[in-house]
Amino acid sequence: MPTMLEVTDLGHRYAAKDGVYTAIDGLSFTVGSGELVCIVGPSGCGKSTLLRSVSGLLRPTTGQVRLHGNLVSGVPADLAVVFQDYSRSLFPWLSVQRNVEFPLRRALGRAERRERARQALEQVGLTGAAGKYPWQLSGGMQQRVAIARALAYRPALLLMDEPFASVDAQTRFELEDLLLRVRREQDTTVLLVTHDIDESVYLGDRVLVLSKSPARVVADLTVDLPAERDQITTRESERFVAMRAEVARLLHSPPAEVAAPARERAGAVVGE
Amino acid sequence: MTARTTRFLQQWLVFAGLVAVWELATRAARAPFFPPPSQIARAMYQQWLSGPASRLFLTDDVFDHVFPSIGRMLGGWAGATVVGVALGVLLGRSAVAMDFVGPLLAFGRAIPPPTLVPVFLVLFSLGTPMQLATIVFGTVWPIVLNTVDGVRAVDKVKVDTARAFRIQGPQWLFGVVLPSALPKIFAGLRVSLSLALILMVISELVGTTNGIGYQMIYAQRQFELPAMWSGIVLLGVLGYVFNTLLLAVERRALAWQPVGNHAQATGG
Amino acid sequence: MRRAVRGLLGLAGLLALGEVVGRSGLAPEGYLPPTSVVLTRLVELLGDQSFVLDVVATVLAWAIALGIAVAVAVPLGLLLGSVPVLRHGTRAVVEFLRPIPSVALIPLAIVVFGMGPDTKIFLAVYAAVWPILFNTIYAMDEVDPLLVDTARSFGLNRGQVLARVVLPNAAPFVATGIRLSASIALILVVSVELLAGAGAGIGKFILEASSGSGRMDLVFAGTLVAGVLGYLVNAGFEGLQRKLFAWSATTGEVPQ
Ligand SMILES: Nc1ncnc2c1ncn2[C@@H]1O[C@H](COP(=O)(O)OP(=O)(O)OP(=O)(O)O)[C@@H](O)[C@H]1O
Ligand SMILES: [Mg+2]
Repeated sequence: MPTMLEVTDLGHRYAAKDGVYTAIDGLSFTVGSGELVCIVGPSGCGKSTLLRSVSGLLRPTTGQVRLHGNLVSGVPADLAVVFQDYSRSLFPWLSVQRNVEFPLRRALGRAERRERARQALEQVGLTGAAGKYPWQLSGGMQQRVAIARALAYRPALLLMDEPFASVDAQTRFELEDLLLRVRREQDTTVLLVTHDIDESVYLGDRVLVLSKSPARVVADLTVDLPAERDQITTRESERFVAMRAEVARLLHSPPAEVAAPARERAGAVVGE
Repeated sequence: MTARTTRFLQQWLVFAGLVAVWELATRAARAPFFPPPSQIARAMYQQWLSGPASRLFLTDDVFDHVFPSIGRMLGGWAGATVVGVALGVLLGRSAVAMDFVGPLLAFGRAIPPPTLVPVFLVLFSLGTPMQLATIVFGTVWPIVLNTVDGVRAVDKVKVDTARAFRIQGPQWLFGVVLPSALPKIFAGLRVSLSLALILMVISELVGTTNGIGYQMIYAQRQFELPAMWSGIVLLGVLGYVFNTLLLAVERRALAWQPVGNHAQATGG
Repeated sequence: MRRAVRGLLGLAGLLALGEVVGRSGLAPEGYLPPTSVVLTRLVELLGDQSFVLDVVATVLAWAIALGIAVAVAVPLGLLLGSVPVLRHGTRAVVEFLRPIPSVALIPLAIVVFGMGPDTKIFLAVYAAVWPILFNTIYAMDEVDPLLVDTARSFGLNRGQVLARVVLPNAAPFVATGIRLSASIALILVVSVELLAGAGAGIGKFILEASSGSGRMDLVFAGTLVAGVLGYLVNAGFEGLQRKLFAWSATTGEVPQ
C-alpha cells in the first residue's frame, strides 16, 4: 500500500497570554492510500490542531506534512474537511442543497453539481431537507449536511473532526456504515478524529491513540478485524472487545515512555 | 378581530385624534406659522395632485421639483453605496490598511457635511453635480464603516471552510465575504438613506433653483406657510416610504436569516 | 502602539496629499488651498478671539440641545417602554414624525424662532431626540423577565425593581443613544448655523468665509475644527461608556 500522507515530527504552538502554548509536539505517523485511520485522544489534547495542520489550514511550528510526497503548504486540492464546529461551517445564506454544491462550483457544470449534491444528500438521508436553510435543521441534521458536502466533493483525502458527535445512536450507526461504504466505493483515504473508543475500533483500519496535551502518539494500533464490518456481529466479537479494552487502557494510563510508538507493546497488534 | 388589527386601529385612531386636535387648536389659535392640517392638505393637493388626468393628476411642480429631488437623492445614495461597499471590502480585508485610515474615517464621519458645501460649490458646477457631491460625501461614511465591520467579522470557521475547499476569487468575495457582511451593510444603508434625504434638502437650500428644498425656502420667503408645511409633510412621507421600501428589500435579501435577527449600524 | 503610529502616518499621508493636490494646480487658484496654508490659518484662528467665541457658541448650543434632548427623550422612552398601551397607541405618530428630516424644519424654525440660537437648538433637539428615545424604549424590552421575577421574589416592590434592576440594565442602551445623539446634535448645530446663518458659531464663520471673498482656506480650517470637535465628542462618549459600563456584556447597540 503506497503512503499517501506522511506526518513527521509535527508540532504546533499557539501564542498564549503568558508566552506560548504547545498544543501538539513531535507527532509522527503515516497513512497509506485507501486507509481509514482513527485518532482518539483526551479532550483538548490537540486533535483539531493536528487535523488543521494536516489540512494546511494551520502552518505547523515544527515538522512537516507531506501529501502524495509533496510538502503541504496551503490547502491541497484533493482534500475535504468536516469541521468539528459543523454548524458554523455551513453558510447560513445558502440552502442545504446549495451548501453542498458550493465547493463544486469551480469544477462542475450546474446539472452535474445538482446531481452530485442530490446523491450526497440522499446518502446521508436528507433528501427532504434540500431546500431548507441550515438554521431550520437540528444539530444532527446540520452535521449530516457538512458530511454530505465533503462526500460530494469526492476528495482523495477526507479529514473528519468528530463528525458523528451530534447524531443519535441509530443515525450514527448508519453514518458509520455509510462512511465505510463510500470510502470503499470511491477509494477515499480517511483520517477521522473521534472521542468514542468503540467507534474508532469499529471504523478504523488503524487507531492512533494520543496522549494528553501536548499530544504525542502513544500507540499506533492496527485493527485486525475483517474488512467487512457489521454493527452487531463485529461489536460483539472477541477481537473487537479486546481491541476496545486496549485502546481504553492506553487512553487512561498511557505508558510512561511515549516517545516510541507502542506498536510492539500493544498485544492486539498484528503487523500491516 | 385579531390583536394585530386592534392594535393597528388603535394606532391610527390616536393619530387621527391628534390631527383633529391639531386642527382645532390651530383654528382657534390662528397662529400664522401654524396653518391647520386641512389647509396644508389643500395646499399639497393644489401643489402636486391637481394636474391633468393624462399625467396621473401630477402637476408640473412634481416633474420640475419633486422628481429631480428624488433623482438626486437616489443617485447620490447609489453612488455612495458603490463607493462605500467597495472601499469597505478593501479596507475590511486588511487589518493594516484599517490601522492607517481608520482614524481618518472616524474623522470624516464627524465632519458636518454642509461645511463642505462651499467647497463643492466652487469645485463643481452649481446645481446637480455639487448636490451629488454633497450627498455622496455625507452618506458614504456609515456605509464604509459598516461594511468594514461586516467584512471583518466573517466567521472564522467559515473562513476555514472556504479555505479547505479552496474557494477563491469572485466566489470567495461574492459567495462568502459579501453575504456574511450583508446584514451589517444593510444597517449602514438604512442610516445613510435617511442621511441622503437630509443632504438632498440641505443641498437644495443652498445651490439650486429647483427641488423640494428650494420650494420650501421659497415659500418661506414669500410667507406662504401652507406651502412650506406641505414640503415638510412631503419630506416626512418620502422618508417613510423610502425606509419602508429599503426594509422590504432587506427582508428579501436577508430572508435566510433566522427570524428576529437584525444587525445594527455602527453609529451614524 | 503600532496602531497609533499607523493612524498618525495615515493622517500624515492625507495631509501630504492635500499639500500636493493644493499645489498641483488641478483646481483653480484658491479653491483647494494646500495643507500648509490651511494649517497656518488654523493656528492663526485659534489665537483669534472672535473665532474662539464662535467655537464656544457652537459648543454651548450643542450642550444645551443635548441636555434638552436627554431630558425629554429619556423619561418619554421610559414611559413608552414600560406602558405598552401608550407605546402602541403612539406608534403611528412616532413613525410619522421620525422620518421628517430635521433640516426640513429649518424654514419653519426660522420663522418661529428667528435668527437667534433658539433655532439651531430647537432643530438639534428635534434630531437628537430620536436615537435616545428609540434606544430607551428598546432597552426596556431587553430587560430579562427572569431578572425581574428574581428581584420580585426577593420582595422588591415595583419602584425598587425599576430602580435596581430595570434602569441599570437599560443604562448601556440609553448611553449609546446619547452618544449617537451627541454626534447628530453637533452636526445639526453647525449645519443650521451654516444654512440659516443663525447666531454665532463655526457654521456661521464658514458661511461668512465662503460668501463674498470665497476664502476656501478659512472654510477648510473651520471644517477641520468642526470635524475635530465631532471626533472628540464621539471618542469621549465612547470612552466614558467603556468606563461606566465595563460590567455590561452588551455593546448597547440597538437593531433599528
Ligand atoms: N487558536 C488557538 N489559540 C490558542 N490556543 C488554542 C487555539 N486553538 C486551540 N488552542 C488550545 O490548544 C489545545 C488543543 O486544542 P484542540 O482544539 O486542538 O483540542 P482537541 O483535542 O480538538 O479538543 P476537543 O476534544 O475538545 O475537540 C487546547 O488546550 C486549546 O485550548
Ligand atoms: Mg477538537
